[in-house]
Amino acid sequence: MNIPSDIPVTDVDVLVIGGGTAGPMASVTVKEKNPQLSVMLLEKANVKRSGAISMGMDGLNNAVIPGHATPEQYVKEITVANDGVVQQKSVMAYAERSFEMIEQLDNWGVHFQKDETGDYDVKKVHHMGTYVLPMPEGHNVKKILYRRQRKHRVIVENRYQATRILKDKQGRASGCIALSTRTAEVIVIRAKAVILCTGAAGRIGLPASGYLFGTYENPANCGDGHAMAYHAGAELSNLECFQINPLLKDYNGPACAYVTGPLGGFTANAHGQRFIECDYWSGQMMLEFFRELESGSGPVFLKLDHLAEETIQEIEHVLHSNERPSRGRFHDVRGNDYRHKMVEMHISEIGFCSGHSASGVYINEKGETTVPGLYGAGDMASVPHNYMLGAFVYGKICGENAAEFAAARNDIPELDGAFIEQERQRLLAPLQREDGIPPNQMEYKIRRIVNDYLQPPKVTRKMEIALQRFREIRQDLPYLYARDPHELFRAVETQHILDCAEMAAVASLYRTESRWGLYHYRVDFPERNDQDWFCHVQLHKTSDGAMTCYKRPIEPYIVALDDKEKQAYNQLRVKKAVNA
Amino acid sequence: MPIATHATSIPVVVDEDKCIADKGCRVCIDVCPLDVLWINEATGKAHMRYDECWYCMPCEVDCPTKAVKVNIPYLLR
Repeated sequence: MNIPSDIPVTDVDVLVIGGGTAGPMASVTVKEKNPQLSVMLLEKANVKRSGAISMGMDGLNNAVIPGHATPEQYVKEITVANDGVVQQKSVMAYAERSFEMIEQLDNWGVHFQKDETGDYDVKKVHHMGTYVLPMPEGHNVKKILYRRQRKHRVIVENRYQATRILKDKQGRASGCIALSTRTAEVIVIRAKAVILCTGAAGRIGLPASGYLFGTYENPANCGDGHAMAYHAGAELSNLECFQINPLLKDYNGPACAYVTGPLGGFTANAHGQRFIECDYWSGQMMLEFFRELESGSGPVFLKLDHLAEETIQEIEHVLHSNERPSRGRFHDVRGNDYRHKMVEMHISEIGFCSGHSASGVYINEKGETTVPGLYGAGDMASVPHNYMLGAFVYGKICGENAAEFAAARNDIPELDGAFIEQERQRLLAPLQREDGIPPNQMEYKIRRIVNDYLQPPKVTRKMEIALQRFREIRQDLPYLYARDPHELFRAVETQHILDCAEMAAVASLYRTESRWGLYHYRVDFPERNDQDWFCHVQLHKTSDGAMTCYKRPIEPYIVALDDKEKQAYNQLRVKKAVNA
Repeated sequence: MPIATHATSIPVVVDEDKCIADKGCRVCIDVCPLDVLWINEATGKAHMRYDECWYCMPCEVDCPTKAVKVNIPYLLR
């Protein structure tokens, strides 16, 4: 069947979905590499202020700068922080190009902190190496990216929610279907290569406040790419390695220990005592955080009240003008003043985010997913602890490789019109009903069940109940009801959230051991079991539509670790003095 | 299933005296990552139509007339 004639089709060479961090870099890279190619950047919000860094970023968390760190050291650190379950080649591909990206961004006008000699002012936050580079002027990152997109004539299409990846008969990614978030128009973008840069799945769990959009991640990042990749038949990896982060309680944004740590701030218990040696976010650190939170010494606080006035002013300047600037406003309402009292912290709801943990759509060191022509970068793709700089580097890697893939393809992709029509009907159905279940209610229910049954510590029977409940909710999808295009857009997101919640349960049930500290702490399988589980858990959709997992072996290491190094992240709790 | 509407206190407040959306400005509406700011048909000014806020602040920071104020949502305060 041909594509229905009333569905507009736009042809481009490379389609980039998601205009936050990795997406703009990917789209600009395609044009830099091959100006003949046409590139579209499709964004559900507006590329000027979309994604995790809509208000900029306060620092680089993983800068590999000569003289301060080597790529080999960094690969070791990330391997150990992930209990050994990493593809070192893809971490190395990041590390080797990390410095080149810092220089590129510096050249574009993103300012990084330098010391009096003009050298990058790198701080130590990680357990082993030194990788944190402050960006006190980091609020302008999005503007700088936007100027580059304009310069390279990237075609920008704002306010379209991508819903499904299209494939040709050979199984190559060949574009997407998208829905206007304002008019409910359904469109098709036909492309020779597709790069997914849709960010974390940050709207799976419910924040402590109960406010649906008070998530740690930008709530626009609700797992669109994870769901689209899954339905396109791509593999997802390490999904059971949840993201859980330490946060300002209720505000639910970062505290931010990487900014305050090098200036003398630290995470403390109710007695104002330090209980972890290292504030770098790892599953092991989060487990200690969780234990303290639940203990008689809890809850946990950010302690800055011992610092000098000028240090506090410096911290306030960075924290209240970058990344999440409404932090200051939250403190004002609560009467929090860093000078006088510790600020209460908590742990976030769960999510999939390779930026901080290791879960995501599986990619290799070239940014390729397991679907030909489909690439992935940023918080959505599986390279662990990648943060913002990793999103830029993998955006670039994907841009280069997708440009090559698209240029080598001299056909006009043949699309399946029947699938497109079927998808249009699925998308628009909630708008055509007279009444039913509003998307916000269904979303609340899914996310409440995630908190009740999937938030670690994980218990087998609880996760089985969650899975059963998610499948019951799936039976309710024919009753989803939207009163306008905006609610319809939320209805699409709700379905992506449901897909992600189900994936979180299935992957977690599959790995019958505990690993990555709190991220996959299974009470009924409390020990780490390297014999059976030193591997990746891959999840994908089989040809008959079943959600299935299997083990992918870990590729041989390219950087060897000694036994002492392997234990580095297992001893994060502050040791009691002998005479204490 | 029939639908009810229920009241919710919204975090983003627009000062209608300062807002120039009726003259064609769309800055806050354009930059909102959650697409919750729309034109109020009755006044021609911007307003928050959906209580789905990340209190991220581009609407306030980018507003050319300083008409927008982002408050912390009540549930978080």
